[in-house]
Amino acid sequence: MTAAAARTSFWRKPSILPGFGLSMGFTLLYLSFIVLIPLAALILRAAGLSWDEFIGVVADPRALAAYRLSFGASFLAAAVNIVFGVLTAWVLVRYDFPLKRFVEGLVDLPFALPTAVAGIALTALFAENGWIGHILAQAGLKVAFTPLGVVIALVFIGLPFVVRTVQPVLQDLNKEVEEAAASLGANRFQTFRRVLLPAILPAALTGFALAFARALGEYGSVIFIAGNLPMKSEIVPLLIIIKLEQFDYAGAAAISVAMLAAAFVLLFMINLLQRWSRARIGAF
Amino acid sequence: MRIDVRDVTKRFDSFIAVRGFTLEVRPGELVALLGPSGSGKTTLLRIIAGLEQADEGQVLFDGDDSAAKGVGERRVGFVFQHYALFKHMTVFENVAFGLRVAPAERRMSNTDIKTRVMSLLSLVQLDTLAARYPSQLSGGQRQRVALARALAIEPLVLLLDEPFGALDAKVRKELRRWLRRLHDDMGLTSIFVTHDQEEALELADRVVVMNQGAIEQVGTPMEVYDTPATPFVYEFLGNVNRIPCTITGGAATLWGLAVKAESVNGAVVPPGDAPGFAYVRPHDIEIAAGGAQKAVVRHIGAAGPTARLELEVAGVPALVEVQLSRQAFFDLHLRVGQAIAITARGARVFPAASVPG
Repeated sequence: MTAAAARTSFWRKPSILPGFGLSMGFTLLYLSFIVLIPLAALILRAAGLSWDEFIGVVADPRALAAYRLSFGASFLAAAVNIVFGVLTAWVLVRYDFPLKRFVEGLVDLPFALPTAVAGIALTALFAENGWIGHILAQAGLKVAFTPLGVVIALVFIGLPFVVRTVQPVLQDLNKEVEEAAASLGANRFQTFRRVLLPAILPAALTGFALAFARALGEYGSVIFIAGNLPMKSEIVPLLIIIKLEQFDYAGAAAISVAMLAAAFVLLFMINLLQRWSRARIGAF
Repeated sequence: MRIDVRDVTKRFDSFIAVRGFTLEVRPGELVALLGPSGSGKTTLLRIIAGLEQADEGQVLFDGDDSAAKGVGERRVGFVFQHYALFKHMTVFENVAFGLRVAPAERRMSNTDIKTRVMSLLSLVQLDTLAARYPSQLSGGQRQRVALARALAIEPLVLLLDEPFGALDAKVRKELRRWLRRLHDDMGLTSIFVTHDQEEALELADRVVVMNQGAIEQVGTPMEVYDTPATPFVYEFLGNVNRIPCTITGGAATLWGLAVKAESVNGAVVPPGDAPGFAYVRPHDIEIAAGGAQKAVVRHIGAAGPTARLELEVAGVPALVEVQLSRQAFFDLHLRVGQAIAITARGARVFPAASVPG
């Protein structure tokens, strides 16, 4: 009794699950090697610059334009994905149709495809002489080599995240809940809006956060379709590569740190939003 | 409201869930659909609610065919077996749901909704928990929220699917009485589904015993218990001993009692010798010196309002259950292992061909 009590500490709550020390130690070690140490090295590298130099690199107009594009396009792409991802998940869960397995597989394709392949394919489609590009060009819409092209590439790579997070939640939703809503006089739209949507919102937000984070770091598919015009269609990862190619390692690290900080704050905020919406549902 | 179910049949692929079912429920009645799982009782309830479409037959509300009416237009309150509460809404919002989704021209003002919901919540004694979420409630409380939610739309008919199935015995008993009172006070017409014979017999005005999608017997609890129409009803209502016997010349003798055999389920009593089964209720067996049949006491359960004995009787594969009043039990001074004699006071005999299983 006393021995057990003595082993309880701030770090360790009494539990019947064995192996806390070993597994926690391994987790910390692993996270340190994979995440923390590389990030620390990055910050250390950027710290080689003086404060004024750092601000000069980070707040350079070209860098600012790149942030705006990266964050703006990622946000827009994730927003598009949350709508169409939920719709796709809905169709996959609720209806039976021929080739359903095939469509299921299609959803995961953006996960597996080398992103450069996706970039080339999208560019070929949306270039002014491409299948879709020439139709849009007649309507006066230019996609390839513009920020719009960036958004499309990011929508492509982000789609599976929303679908795959929402799908299991939709599957678990009890059909009785919808029937209850109907028996109380709710029409289809009211049932969706008041009963289903709130139930899948936390999962959809998780998918949104994942798609957004993925889009921020995306490089391969974007550089082909973006055209990479400085101040116009240049994303942050590309700017960092350019700096590296010019052997400006400190500058590259400085921009990375700025990106890292902004991404961390945004993901943290999305996390809070998720917690809030999850708390309202609670666990049954 | 009167409910007429006429010749309703429902198939799921090759399985027939409900076959040619006809039932009339009178206004203000509380009817129990009683049967084992797979007997089609829940399917029938869902057809009446409009959650399921019948393949054949009609459901009439006060003489009007309901086929064209959607679930939401029938003014039917449906209480689901697992409550189906909206998890992301408070208790208050759950109950208010039906009022909030009403078409604009019929929708109440927010203050009226608040008054109505609070009065419903105090009716189900949950007014203090209005701000809670369903996950913070006990099973019995969730059940009452589900009831209040169904009552909010002022239904004329209340349908309940295994309403007390997931609750513990004490809560179940309380809710049962409370539901009966509510049904009477609000002038509802109610149908509930259950597999618990005690629940059906205690709560309902009439009991419909179902088997394989069809009616086995309809009657008041007294009728169903005292004069079961078929061996199935006997078996399902429980508390009965099934004794194998031989029918000779249309009758059998059980422990000193001559009983005429009855033809049911199309199994006619044969003129010559034939195997049969006698059904005897535990309280229809008398223990007395000089009884017609020898028996040995194997088990005694004397705690409770009546004493239960289990007897070993030659020629009967299962132990025979006997129920005695406490007074009779104490007067007999019984012990386990004691040899006694028994007589049957009342029994019914059916040909073996008509007995299920």
